[in-house]
Amino acid sequence: MLKFSLIHQCFQMSIRNILGNKLRSFLTMLGIIIGVGAVIGLITVVSGVADYMIGQFSSMGAGSLSVSIFGTPMKQGLSETNLQEIAEIENIQSVSPSVSVTTTVVSGTYVSQKVSVDGRSEQFFVHQPDMIRLGRPLRISDMEGTINVCVIDNTVAQALLPGKTPLGAILKIGGVQYKVIGVAGKTDDISAAFSSSGVDGTIYIPYRNALRMNNTNTISSIDVYVEDTSKMDQTVEALTKLLENVFNQAENAYFIINMESLLNAMNTMTGMMTAMLAGIASIALLVGGIGIMNMMLVSVTERTKEIGLRKALGAEPGVIQLQFLLESVILSVIGGTIGILFGETIAYIASVLIKYDFSLNINAILIGFFFSLAVGVIFGWAPARRASRLNPIDALRSE
Amino acid sequence: MSEQSDIILDMHGIVKEYPMGDEVSVVLKGIDLQVKRGEFLAVLGPSGSGKSTLMNIIGCLDTPTSGDYYLSGRHIADMSEKELAGIRSKEIGFIFQSFYLLQRQDALENVELPLIYAGKSESECRKRAEEMLIRVGLEDKLHHYPNQLSGGQQQRVAIARAIANNPTILLADEPTGALDQATGRQVMDIFHELNEEGRTIIMITHDASIAAHARRIVRILDGNLLEGGEKRDA
Repeated sequence: MLKFSLIHQCFQMSIRNILGNKLRSFLTMLGIIIGVGAVIGLITVVSGVADYMIGQFSSMGAGSLSVSIFGTPMKQGLSETNLQEIAEIENIQSVSPSVSVTTTVVSGTYVSQKVSVDGRSEQFFVHQPDMIRLGRPLRISDMEGTINVCVIDNTVAQALLPGKTPLGAILKIGGVQYKVIGVAGKTDDISAAFSSSGVDGTIYIPYRNALRMNNTNTISSIDVYVEDTSKMDQTVEALTKLLENVFNQAENAYFIINMESLLNAMNTMTGMMTAMLAGIASIALLVGGIGIMNMMLVSVTERTKEIGLRKALGAEPGVIQLQFLLESVILSVIGGTIGILFGETIAYIASVLIKYDFSLNINAILIGFFFSLAVGVIFGWAPARRASRLNPIDALRSE
Repeated sequence: MSEQSDIILDMHGIVKEYPMGDEVSVVLKGIDLQVKRGEFLAVLGPSGSGKSTLMNIIGCLDTPTSGDYYLSGRHIADMSEKELAGIRSKEIGFIFQSFYLLQRQDALENVELPLIYAGKSESECRKRAEEMLIRVGLEDKLHHYPNQLSGGQQQRVAIARAIANNPTILLADEPTGALDQATGRQVMDIFHELNEEGRTIIMITHDASIAAHARRIVRILDGNLLEGGEKRDA
């Protein structure tokens, strides 16, 4: 039975030996610091970026299914009747068309080139209830009357109506006067972020107005909202069948993006990437462990006489082993802790540079801590065992 | 107390051989030795006579090739590594020529070491170590590190450490070898006091004048033991 006084003594001796050789201890720890730092840094950065991207995609994918129509020469897009047919498929809650227009917008005397205008139905706003910050969303009555009203986002409001009350302002979109009836917050629409328009941000108008602006009556992009996501596969099948009929079995006439499966694929991919990077980084940890083992072996050789003396004074082999094991564990855990701080600092700097939200990854910290602990035990074991098995007279005799 | 139980160290035909390449070097050639409780014995012999090997065997740091060694009635050859550690901890106090103090620990911590290994609580260790240092006259040096102490003071710390667990036998290997005559005499004075308190002391030396302090002297020469200068029956 190990007494507290014994453990305390071992602990104290270990600390003194580590502090007694500060430079050597630090250089030994450096391997662990770099190893743990690299593992923590990579895991935190990769999972941070992945969370950010998945967050973007999943808010965009609230529609669950996104259909792009390329059409055929005979039929270039979907008609309103087609939309109704799609909406009647079992398990489909609603269909939201999206008609993109890029056009000039005039606000007072200010003329802006190439603003991205998104023609939407009221369904789009129904599914993003938190979107509107001021005023009201587009409604079904706006659709039916093809009324010239629009919802703008913050970016557009700041660019085109600086210092003005946006509600009730008049914007001339593609030569037609529109009244601003609502302001949306930060757009969760990732396509807006990728758009190359002169002004970032989006103006939403009733989709029929947008069709008229484009001189067409076919719709080439829709979001499909599904009721029960667990029946997604059957729904996709039914939708595919319908679209096949609409486009007369033509190839490459449409493309269905299943946001759910896209998200799953992304999750799997980032998970694999994290594991792979952590695996590569843990090679550094292995090298650090070998460094600790090397230093402990040197330490055992250097302190042979001390070990002999301790044995002469009645130390059992287990006690000697404990003392050396504790020393390597303390060394590697201190190294691991510095490594965690180091890794998180790197992750924080990366988050500022890449501009995603930094958050402490508790799992990564725990992994870093227990890995360094394990390294200390595994690589300290052999030297400690060697120390405990030294023959006391041989040990005392060595001068 | 009967005559038999008064003998705490009993050796019969102790032989120690070391392999030296192809040959075997016989360092101890059949040692018989009995030591009674409270004796002050000097083992006198030149270097290479086997006296250090004998001390290691008495101190349970080494085991004989053949022969029987009983310490306080127990057969040492039958004991495990762990039991031997226990004997070294509680029954034997070592004093070495070059003190062997841990440089990173102060006097008090050095004396505490055998107490800790014997499983005493921290407060017990502290109390007992202080008593021991006071006993050897170092009450004002409790927190001095070895390199802040003179040779004589260091050896006194080592003596305090050796007697901390109140061992049956005090085993000293050239205890004055690294000291000048005056401090060597001080150490011998302490040995006398300890012996008068009833402690058994076995001292190994090559110096006849130091051996003269003991009450009984045995000579060791070429691996054979000679009582009082006379060869005993082999």
